[in-house]
Amino acid sequence: MTTEVSTEPTRRDFLYIATGAVAAVGAAAVVWPLVSQMNPDASTIAAGAPIEVDLGPVAEGQEIKVFWRGKPIYIMHRSAQQIEEARTVSLSSLPDPQSDQDRTKEGHEQWLVVVGICTHLGCIPMARQGNYNGFFCPCHGSQYDSSGRIRQGPAPANLPVPPYQFVSASKIQIG
Amino acid sequence: MSGPSTYQPQHKALQWIEQRLPVMNFVHSSFVAYPTPRNLNYWWTFGAILAMMLAVQIITGVVLAMHYTPHADLAFDSIEAIVRDVNYGWMMRNIHAAGASMFFIAVYVHMFRGLYYGSYKEPRELLWILGVIIYLLMMATGFMGYVLPWGQMSFWGATVITNLFSAIPLVGDSIVTLLWGGYSVGNPTLNRFFSLHYLLPFVIVGVVVLHIWAMHVTGQNNPTGVEPKTEKDTVPFTPYATLKDLVGMSAFLLFFSWFIFYMPNYLGEADNYIPANPGVTPPHIVPEWYYLPFYAILRAIPNKLLGVVAMFGAILVLLFLPWLDSCKVRSSRYRPLAKRFFWAFVAVCLLLGWLGAKPAEGVYTVMSQVLTACYFAYFLVVLPVLSRKEKTLPLPNSIADDVLASSSSKGKSLASVAVIAALAGTLVVGASQDAKASAGGNVPPSLEWSFAGPFGTFDRAQLQRGYKVYKEVCSACHSMKYVHYRNLTEPGGPGFTVEQAKAFAAEAAPIKDGPNDSGEMFDRPRRLADPFPSPYPNEAAARFSNGGAAPPDLSVITKARSYERGFPQFLIDLVTQFQEQGPNYVAGVLRGYEDTPPEGFVLPDGAYYNKYYPGHAIKMPQMLMDGVVTYDDGTPNTADQLAKDVTAFLMWAAEPHMEARKRLGLQVMIFLALLTGLLYFTKRRVWANAH
Ligand code: FES
Repeated sequence: MTTEVSTEPTRRDFLYIATGAVAAVGAAAVVWPLVSQMNPDASTIAAGAPIEVDLGPVAEGQEIKVFWRGKPIYIMHRSAQQIEEARTVSLSSLPDPQSDQDRTKEGHEQWLVVVGICTHLGCIPMARQGNYNGFFCPCHGSQYDSSGRIRQGPAPANLPVPPYQFVSASKIQIG
Repeated sequence: MSGPSTYQPQHKALQWIEQRLPVMNFVHSSFVAYPTPRNLNYWWTFGAILAMMLAVQIITGVVLAMHYTPHADLAFDSIEAIVRDVNYGWMMRNIHAAGASMFFIAVYVHMFRGLYYGSYKEPRELLWILGVIIYLLMMATGFMGYVLPWGQMSFWGATVITNLFSAIPLVGDSIVTLLWGGYSVGNPTLNRFFSLHYLLPFVIVGVVVLHIWAMHVTGQNNPTGVEPKTEKDTVPFTPYATLKDLVGMSAFLLFFSWFIFYMPNYLGEADNYIPANPGVTPPHIVPEWYYLPFYAILRAIPNKLLGVVAMFGAILVLLFLPWLDSCKVRSSRYRPLAKRFFWAFVAVCLLLGWLGAKPAEGVYTVMSQVLTACYFAYFLVVLPVLSRKEKTLPLPNSIADDVLASSSSKGKSLASVAVIAALAGTLVVGASQDAKASAGGNVPPSLEWSFAGPFGTFDRAQLQRGYKVYKEVCSACHSMKYVHYRNLTEPGGPGFTVEQAKAFAAEAAPIKDGPNDSGEMFDRPRRLADPFPSPYPNEAAARFSNGGAAPPDLSVITKARSYERGFPQFLIDLVTQFQEQGPNYVAGVLRGYEDTPPEGFVLPDGAYYNKYYPGHAIKMPQMLMDGVVTYDDGTPNTADQLAKDVTAFLMWAAEPHMEARKRLGLQVMIFLALLTGLLYFTKRRVWANAH
């Protein structure tokens, strides 16, 4: 009663191939919107607009945490000693070599702006703790220096620097 | 389900699995080798269509639940956010909302097919009963889903339906309180309905498994109602039935897409675009179209308890059908009298559906009573009597004999399926349109809109002019809280540049933000991400400043207003895609003022006479006169033009993705037409071997 479908591709009917191909394209096209809807929606994207932060109230030796796109951003007013430490370490000894000059803005060396999310598995490191006068992550013990660079522990990379610029001597715009 | 394994996989690894868990044998014996009567017509594909619809509803439902907020204050907003901001959110929502109606169209076809061909008779009684249980679960799920948008119809539908239980003697009121989780329908009600609306579809899946299991034990019925006797009477499920089902499913998707992409609001109520208001009941409460026949039965009986009993009885009587109709001949093909009564019964159901959408008064009540009597008589009198008295026609010897005898009359079936399904579906569906916004008022004139029809698009210049009218006139009293300045730059909109939109935002009233470092709220200029400003801080202030009538938010006003089109116009509208009642009404009201009300009309203090406003006494003064807004593009700024432009702008605001929707719709329709054609010819080629 059944007709066995031949296993030889050359003998397959063009009609069957065409139908199967069109159906497969349709199935694939259905997946697209189902996945795409999980991406951030238009209001979330629009809300990720740049924010301005007034640095005036942050005295030397203090830091503040602000939120941009739902991420904590550390803004640290570094002491001369911290800057010194960050600039004298030899780059070759760092797991993720990057100079402090590359991570701060010329003429505003005292300000360190980094995304406060551990590059290991996403916990928030605590500022001014650990062996390097920078950040210490309580989750699995990663240590970052006063430039936010990874020095010790399981984290693979430095704390990222978000896009920002100085709009005046004491005001930055993040994003 | 599984007998001795007849399926031996070739591959070693598969054999290893098969010896421990014979899953492939199960699939093979149930969906490949399973013998299916060779004479099944396209009406039988609705089983597969229903399985598909259940999957569609579950998948889109899970997606929507990712973005929906089940809270009385946020539910309406979150749905607007889904259709405006979530990628393809408008599509997911249209699929899910129209999908519910499609599901019911398919289930009604499936049930009437079972009724016509006697599919509920011995040995398939349990199969039928499981089906009735699925239908009941579907009704409960559909009802709770309709409550979730938390519009006016959601709220008042929930109130009316839950109050049905108050008819139960002694414990009724306690049961209703239990359902509500409060002293009225409110946030707890919404929360539990959301929870149950998510749960019940999976219960349906469970019962569907039992339903299919039962079917595999007894085998499928067929149009002759004669059980298969030899191999000649059947074909293997795959590829024969599978392909035929796929043709049916694909064709059904084509029909479905018409609603998703072109008529998304045709099946819904305009009132549900008004956020729930516990203080005001809409003039006409109508349930979704698929409940209308039962709603008519409820209202036909002038006693609360008896009405509720009759309504539930109308569904529960189906459970006893296998014993009410004891005729040995299954198919109505061989029962000339039963066949006539069947069609009469279909007509009774359709008419009851139509009456369910009519106001419960005068001749409509009498008609409902007569038809309710007919409905019950069919089950309780006609079928029992016929099964004893009717002289049936001779049955064919076997299915194969029947196929040989009737092979000449092939090919009609597909066309008849399409025509009858479309007609029956739309008739009942459209009946619900009758009840919309018919509370007085003349019918506003139908204007020419650039966005009408399948290829309609917005006129950018018109939207820009409309925005100017809104900004300079309407925005003094009306908010548009779902529209953001960023939307003005989006494709398919007025086409302002980012710079222009930024400037509009900056010059608008500032927005409250904060708290700042010292804990204070502060005003800051609006940005692209901010919504249009509201002229009043809250609704009470709006009401106070406007003589007691708060000016409605205009974001979805063109979808929240409608008027009656009447029979048969609403059927024609389905084909011509007429859905501009909202814009016609809004433009009509803006221009419908008359200085002197007609003779005998008493105008209340502080109201104005408007031809098109329901009740004619409107609190809003006439705002659009010739020349109140100056246009920069040289378009004459007559009052008619201003009204038309601002209405077009409001239509875009209500449906910002309309152009994308129609564009994608065209692609999907062409694709599905191609797929349906290919599947049909593949099916023909495969079935050629079986004859
Ligand atoms: S997350 Fe910071 S160390 Fe693991």
